[in-house]
Amino acid sequence: MEIKFEHKPAAHCENGVIVNMLRHYGLDISEPMVFGLSYGLFFSHMPFLKLSGMAITTFRTFPGVLFSRITKMLGVKTGRRRYLSHKRAMAALDRHLTEGRPVGCVVGMYYLPYMPLEYRFHFNGHNICVIGKNEQDETYLISDPNALEKVSISKTDLIKVRYAKGGSYPIVGQSYWIKEVPQKMPDLAPLIRKSIKKNCWFMTSQPRWIKYFGVNGIKYLSESVLKWEKTMTPRRAALNLAQVVRMLEEIGTGGAGFRYMYGAFLQEAAKITGIEQLNSLANEITEIGDLWRDFAYKASRVFKKRQGENYTYQDLSDVLNVIYIRERNFFTQLNNAV
Amino acid sequence: MRVEDVPQDLKYTDGYIVRDIAYAVDSDGHYTSVVSDGWNVKAEALDLTMDEIREKCDEIKQRIEAGTASNLEYYAAKNIMDISLLSKYTGIPKWKIRRHFKQKFFSRLDSGTLAKYADALRITVDTLTSKPE
Repeated sequence: MEIKFEHKPAAHCENGVIVNMLRHYGLDISEPMVFGLSYGLFFSHMPFLKLSGMAITTFRTFPGVLFSRITKMLGVKTGRRRYLSHKRAMAALDRHLTEGRPVGCVVGMYYLPYMPLEYRFHFNGHNICVIGKNEQDETYLISDPNALEKVSISKTDLIKVRYAKGGSYPIVGQSYWIKEVPQKMPDLAPLIRKSIKKNCWFMTSQPRWIKYFGVNGIKYLSESVLKWEKTMTPRRAALNLAQVVRMLEEIGTGGAGFRYMYGAFLQEAAKITGIEQLNSLANEITEIGDLWRDFAYKASRVFKKRQGENYTYQDLSDVLNVIYIRERNFFTQLNNAV
Repeated sequence: MRVEDVPQDLKYTDGYIVRDIAYAVDSDGHYTSVVSDGWNVKAEALDLTMDEIREKCDEIKQRIEAGTASNLEYYAAKNIMDISLLSKYTGIPKWKIRRHFKQKFFSRLDSGTLAKYADALRITVDTLTSKPE
């Protein structure tokens, strides 16, 4: 059986699943709107959490919270569950599908067969939406926002990715679905105001001694970059840089670590709330995004030298410092604008 | 970033269904989403990471030739799995896995344990026990 489900690719997996699922139930809302409303923009550089032995840098909030935030806001009733046993997880999934309900699943990325080998790593926070099952050959049809079309995946593969081990987040078959949607969309303007306020709080409220999170984290990263050069072998320092660039651009951020996506949200928000200033602030975050890309470009020139270009770790640190100052100003202004 | 500046450097997603979506500003200053084939900067970051894994594998291969390291260590490195992750997948304690990374212990393993490892690494037992290419 297959649920009639419109698949649209999106920049980020979790937003994409939410957007596609809400649209399936008749709530049409864009990806940047989902991202902004659930105040997803963030920054942190965490040397105490490691991925392949290197510090994790993230440009958004923790995986899994967007769905609960957005559905709560819009008044959508949802269900979510984890299953210790494979069998019960798959049986529950089949039951949902026969009742015509698409189910979002949190999966590990490494064993997804349609991912390019180079893109795979042991990251257990990828989101897909299961929308159908072929009884004959036991394959499942899924809508992965990172893929351009629907893909099918065998039952063994699906079990394997739903029970991927290790990483920062054990998933044990986590799944979520929508039970009931409100008759009409709530008024978005006050919700947008509230979300922007919350996002600003997450970015700027930290006192100076909490150095890993919010805009403080950018400052911390700019200092760390210099430390890497001094204390590590050139190879190791380059690998650390490469990891930051990968986090910034690779994992479906819509470019520049979600900064562009947030710009798109602010433009939409300006239209809905009628606050003109949000448009100019959208331009500002676009410029900050360009700076992030500039950082990525220069970083790539540091770990892969080209003739005639000679960037140093000091240059990278300077760019990050500029980003830090501009983002701090940006969020202060944004907080005052709404 | 402007729509016309969205990088379209096809490399690793060639032949795959997976693509990036980038948000960019069109000529009127409005944001739209654009499908992107990839960006060289990102590909270079990936290259570096892949190189690191490849070098590690080569180094292990040499130790296999010398008779110290085992195939298990090679395939674990190839799958970017460290000992703790492998331990979680197989249920075999870490200290035992550390032993099985040595050829002396690996060559004595029974078929049950080999099957566990092969399953976790998604290869056949034959591949696991024969010399890596």
